[in-house]
Amino acid sequence: MTAITIDLNGVRIADDVEPRQSLADFLRERCGLTATHLGCEHGACGACTVVVDGKATRSCLSLAVMSDGRVVLTLEGLRNDQIMDILRRQFHECHALQCGFCTPGMLIMARDILQRHQSPDANTVRHELSGQICRCTGYANIVKAVVAAGKDLAAAQAHALAGALAEAEALIQAEVQARVDDQVRAQEDAPPKPGTE
Amino acid sequence: MKPASFDYVRPKTVAEASVALGRKGVNTAAIAGGQSLIPMLNLRVAFADLLVDLSRLDDLKVVTRSPDSIWIGALTTHAAIEDGKVPDLFNGLLKRVAGQISYRAVRNHGTIGGSVALADPAADWPCCLIALGATVRVVGRNGVRVQPVSEFVRGQYETTLSAGDIVMGFDVPTPSVPTRWGFSKVARKSGAFAQSIAIATALGRSGRVNVVLGAAGPKPRALRTVAEELEGGKSGDELRPAIEADLAQVAPGADDYQKRMHTATVLRAIRDMRTQ
Ligand SMILES: Cc1cc2nc3c(=O)[nH]c(=O)nc-3n(C[C@H](O)[C@H](O)[C@H](O)COP(=O)(O)OP(=O)(O)OC[C@H]3O[C@@H](n4cnc5c(N)ncnc54)[C@H](O)[C@@H]3O)c2cc1C
Ligand code: FES
Ligand code: FES
Repeated sequence: MTAITIDLNGVRIADDVEPRQSLADFLRERCGLTATHLGCEHGACGACTVVVDGKATRSCLSLAVMSDGRVVLTLEGLRNDQIMDILRRQFHECHALQCGFCTPGMLIMARDILQRHQSPDANTVRHELSGQICRCTGYANIVKAVVAAGKDLAAAQAHALAGALAEAEALIQAEVQARVDDQVRAQEDAPPKPGTE
Repeated sequence: MKPASFDYVRPKTVAEASVALGRKGVNTAAIAGGQSLIPMLNLRVAFADLLVDLSRLDDLKVVTRSPDSIWIGALTTHAAIEDGKVPDLFNGLLKRVAGQISYRAVRNHGTIGGSVALADPAADWPCCLIALGATVRVVGRNGVRVQPVSEFVRGQYETTLSAGDIVMGFDVPTPSVPTRWGFSKVARKSGAFAQSIAIATALGRSGRVNVVLGAAGPKPRALRTVAEELEGGKSGDELRPAIEADLAQVAPGADDYQKRMHTATVLRAIRDMRTQ
């Protein structure tokens, strides 16, 4: 057994693991986090995809011991994530799942795609999702959902940016006004300069 | 599919790793990204008593540029090359090759060193590095050695690595004039290993040509007759006899379908290069 410490969904987990235990089995069996699914256990299906140190990762191709000291995020830890929120809604709207087995991996990968591509088109999404296998949907609605989520995210980001700009603008205005006021007050308070009367 | 049990160590230095890997009477294996080794352990086609984790050795992560070459540390991931973290002296060839290996989640961890050390005949990096005339630097119990990648890879899953050896990285010579290149790969689905893979490179308009074919025999091989004919000015269908002659050498066991497929990838790679 080897001692490891992992930051898992924001919680520090310290445990002893067998070196041969995959990160996937550690998450599911030791931590009870069963959103991470196992389809093939050799890297081909993508159902087990999680985020390790910010990078999409096949948890069936990682050992728990190799994740020691890493920051791991599973779908359970992305409940309050802005991108995941939009993706969840669009997967629902677009009917992007049937049995749901592939869905956790699809969602994690879709989030990764949206972090790397601004409002990706259907071709980009198809190419980027080609490592995630779905046996039910035929992919059409999954692609649709990710494209729609990309647009929503871009709109939300533009909206947030506009809001931030307006706020900054208002702050600058207030600052400028305050300085003008200070100068006026200083002039009013200043004693008259000799010889100018 | 679970692997048989093994022990695990994570050495702090290359020297410690080499000692651990060279331990007598123990079946050891280095692990870098684990993207090939773990599936092989899971499928129980590979076995190890002791895994030596190289993945945190900073000495294997160096990427530098010198006047006459770029150095790519063994732990450089496919994703890092895809994202342009390695200086692009070959007109985008490295990025093109990296970006279509497997899938992003695998590229995030899979390394160039692991790919060459494994020496899968269908893998992309051995083919690419041989086409670019790269050398590999290996550290082991007998010190350091530098070898052309074309000699380091001896055959199917076979290299000159022996117990205790560690691939440090690759020196890729800087081209004297801009490189033109072409790439063609046939795979059953995007991200899958090649059924046939060809990379053609040329130095400038009239310089030296290299055409390397992978997934056709035990290791990627240069097609010498094709290269000579290209340097002599031949093109397109005129090259078919030369391809046939080279295929007889590098892929003697190929059936009719495979011959047509390899011919097609070679011609496409050359056409791709010509349009640059
Ligand atoms: C689904 C899937 C699809 C794939 N498709 C492709 C593809 O299309 N093309 C392609 O080229 N590859 C493909 N790969 C393989 C991938 O590129 C791997 O990343 C690569 O082959 C191995 O790199 P690694 O760092 O993961 O090595 P590991 O799996 O850690 O190791 C592989 C081997 O190399 C040895 N090794 C690793 N590093 C060193 C070192 N520094 N010194 C000495 N020995 C070392 C190990 O002992 C082991 O024997 C695919 C993998 C998967 C899972
Ligand atoms: S279970 Fe990990 S990729 Fe299929
Ligand atoms: S919804 Fe069933 S596998 Fe994708």
